[in-house]
Amino acid sequence: MTTEESSQTGKVIEIDDLSLTFETSDGPVYALSDINLSIEQGDFVSLIGPSGCGKTTLLRVIADLEAATKGTISVNGVTPEQARMQRAYGYVFQAAALYPWRTIAKNVALPLEIMGIGSAERKRRVQQNLELVNLGGFEKKYPWQLSGGMQQRASIARALAVEPDLLLMDEPFGALDEIVRDHLNEQLLSLWAKTNKTVVFVTHSIPEAVYLSSRIVVMSPRPGKIHDVIESHLPKQRSLDIRETPEFLALANRVRDGLRAGHSYDEPEL
Amino acid sequence: MNPKSATNNIIPVIVVLSIILLLWYVAAVFMNMAWEKDQYERADNQQYTLVDLVSGTMKQERPVLPAPHQVAQEVYKTTVEKKITSKRSLIYHSGITLSSALLGFGLGTLLGILLAIAIVYNRALNKSFMPWVIASQTIPILAIAPMVIVVLNAIGIQGLLPKAFISMYLSFFPVVVGMVKGLNAPEVSHRDLMKTYNASAAQTFWKLRLPSSLPYLFTSMKIAVAIAMVGAIVAELPTGAVAGLGARLLAGSYYGQTIQIWSALVMASILAALLVMFIGLVGKLVNRRMGLSSHA
Amino acid sequence: MHNATASVIETPAYVLSRLQKMLLYAAFATALFALLLLLMSVVQGYYDGAILLASVILFVANYLCLSTVTIHWRNAVVKGLASTLAALLIYYQLDSNLAENLRLADSVNNTGGGAGFNGTAIAGFWLVVLSAWLTAWLCVEHLSSIETLSRIKNGVLSLVIPLLFGVWLLLLWEFITRGAGVPQVLLPSPSAIAERFSNSIPTLVADFKQTFLKAVLIGYAIGCSAGFIVAVLIDRSPFLQRGLLPIGNLVSALPIVGIAPIMVMWFGFDWPSKAAVVVVMTFFPMLVNTVAGLSAASSMQHDLMKTYASNYWQTLFKMRLPEALPFIFNALKINSTLALIGAIVAEFFGTPIVGMGFRISTEVGRMNVDMVWAEIAVAAVAGSLFYALLSGIERMLTFWHPSMRN
Repeated sequence: MTTEESSQTGKVIEIDDLSLTFETSDGPVYALSDINLSIEQGDFVSLIGPSGCGKTTLLRVIADLEAATKGTISVNGVTPEQARMQRAYGYVFQAAALYPWRTIAKNVALPLEIMGIGSAERKRRVQQNLELVNLGGFEKKYPWQLSGGMQQRASIARALAVEPDLLLMDEPFGALDEIVRDHLNEQLLSLWAKTNKTVVFVTHSIPEAVYLSSRIVVMSPRPGKIHDVIESHLPKQRSLDIRETPEFLALANRVRDGLRAGHSYDEPEL
Repeated sequence: MNPKSATNNIIPVIVVLSIILLLWYVAAVFMNMAWEKDQYERADNQQYTLVDLVSGTMKQERPVLPAPHQVAQEVYKTTVEKKITSKRSLIYHSGITLSSALLGFGLGTLLGILLAIAIVYNRALNKSFMPWVIASQTIPILAIAPMVIVVLNAIGIQGLLPKAFISMYLSFFPVVVGMVKGLNAPEVSHRDLMKTYNASAAQTFWKLRLPSSLPYLFTSMKIAVAIAMVGAIVAELPTGAVAGLGARLLAGSYYGQTIQIWSALVMASILAALLVMFIGLVGKLVNRRMGLSSHA
Repeated sequence: MHNATASVIETPAYVLSRLQKMLLYAAFATALFALLLLLMSVVQGYYDGAILLASVILFVANYLCLSTVTIHWRNAVVKGLASTLAALLIYYQLDSNLAENLRLADSVNNTGGGAGFNGTAIAGFWLVVLSAWLTAWLCVEHLSSIETLSRIKNGVLSLVIPLLFGVWLLLLWEFITRGAGVPQVLLPSPSAIAERFSNSIPTLVADFKQTFLKAVLIGYAIGCSAGFIVAVLIDRSPFLQRGLLPIGNLVSALPIVGIAPIMVMWFGFDWPSKAAVVVVMTFFPMLVNTVAGLSAASSMQHDLMKTYASNYWQTLFKMRLPEALPFIFNALKINSTLALIGAIVAEFFGTPIVGMGFRISTEVGRMNVDMVWAEIAVAAVAGSLFYALLSGIERMLTFWHPSMRN
């Protein structure tokens, strides 16, 4: 019910005055401060900022892997915890985090086993999603027999197998080389265009953020807060060549300016 | 690992230890109950209360399971109150076991380190001897202890040396295995660095291989000292109950002196724990001086 | 011009390491001296064909390698053949009891004060043994120096080299104990042990059943499963874990075998008391390793399970137990040795009249050292097979672990 309601209003994620403070032995660390953000159905939102700006923390709050200390947040119209219990999202980590003792197919089937989905349906979804990420034929391989890029694709298939409307991705291509990364960006974009899923994507690469997103959220550190939200009106179907266009470069410059303004280079990085 | 987590563990450890002590008392009451009841029945005394019974189980001469305080008293009596030279002093017996364990451990470690160096620098030795060293970890070497003792006795070698030999033999193998692993531990890039300096084999050994082997050495020395202690105790069995903690165990089992067995056992455990902790501490200090995390 | 010659890659010339050169000279020199001494004793009137032949073979083999440049495997074959032939000849000579006669004659000679042929013949004999051993060592050296990428060849080499080492250890033991007439009570020769072994198989089997099949296996099964179950039970209480882990670690280092006399008092002389010792010895390593293994999963893996709203048991069975398997097998392997030690040593404190520990302690008392060695051989074989079996199962179940993927 709640899912339908929220999809009618179009708001998938609503964040109001959200703050998160970690208590450490060296005193409190203000990871997030006064975050306001709403994400609509079908958005591709990138969170970009220097390390320590709280972009990953924000994603983890949405996923209920971290709890906010102040403010409200709703995912699909319910609390993040309820959303997690409904398995409302798929999460892709920085590393593939595949289990080495399971084959690729078994890894993709893992969340489905936990959700108690029957074996026939499980098989169908595994097959479908492995083909979606171009890993058909690798079902019986073990993760450690594949390259890093293939492993990360398998982990995306695993997140998609849950068939969520919301995809949370935490620097999923950060550890991959440029060429593999371009390729996976292209695939992710066409997937998004095909399925109309909502994607929240954490990155620290400006071209990646601009190339993928319909909206770019620029964040700044200490305390982690939103510096700027940039709408992109690039067409939904884009090829990699779009990165040479003036529109793209203008957007990229705006993001870069935002990052510079939010980040003082005078103080030394910790 | 860091000092903070160590202090964090103190309270849980104390709690668990008190639970164990409590369980020990309960077990002592139940296991000694039968004998106590029997005593009353033989005396035709039906007028005993539960309190009498329970307090009786704490005071028996030869209980099935002595209560912790009985063991503590015995340890106190035989360490503090007895003269060290007395045959009934636990310190005297501990000293005998400890000296053979430590001598054996020292020799075994030295021999182990030397052999490990030989193995690392000689391919043939590595390929032919190392498999046997590893295989020897899987067999109960301790079983040869009685034979070594008796045979050495037969050719006139007695006292400290045969026992130290057992401890040496036992502590030798873990040190070889750990030290070979440690000497081979430096990464390829570190070795390549030495190569770019055109360092001699000796320089590479002293400046790279030996330092990087130290954490492994201390880890295996902890195993070695524990097993050297076991070796020294077991080595005291075949010559009969003469002297040493093993002899105390054996004599106690001959005469049903359970309190004596337990106090010898407690003493042996304390010594072993202290030795292991001491080596662990030295290892930590060495690692810290070398800027390594003290995980080993 | 200079550059041109420097850039030419030539096949590396065959070089001996310094150690190999020294060994070669030593083997050659000993063979030469042995030959000279033996020829002298022939002149003196004592003729021993087998040893003489052995010295000739060793001399020729080492001379060949000294004078010609060849490659490692060819050298290894020459040395291997020569040392094997020499060993067989020496063994034959020992069998024909000549060594015994020689030694007797020698002692007679020594007491008589007359210097006859025996001194030279005996010196020749020992030099042949020494030369044969050095030659065998050279064979191992050459085999170890072979560089090959073939997996099969490497596999064969990694089997043959330690085997050769072991066989030569036994041969030297045999030659020295029998050649020098070491008293049986001190160190019996391998052949004497083998003979005793084959003559007492029923006893050995009975002891094996009592100690291994009953005390070790039952105690091991109970101790390991108890350690595992307690580890899973306290898994939900970090407090208990923090308390039990340091204690468990410490207890693993204590001389637990010492509880044997207590267990004998509690559970009687038969195998249950030994099994009880084994239970206590194997419990703590299993507890500590399983607790460590259950916390081995990374925080990212935990987050992953959390995003699936996975419950405790699903997380346990699908992630944490598989992740803990290498740790659990580590404990199982450590415990296999501990169990055998515990059972055998516990039998030193009193048993019915059967069992490996019982046999060792009583036969030592009777100075039947060969029987003790036979029993130790059984223990060694049982221990290593038990360990090998566990490693095999581990290899099958944790094939995915980085340490198993070559």
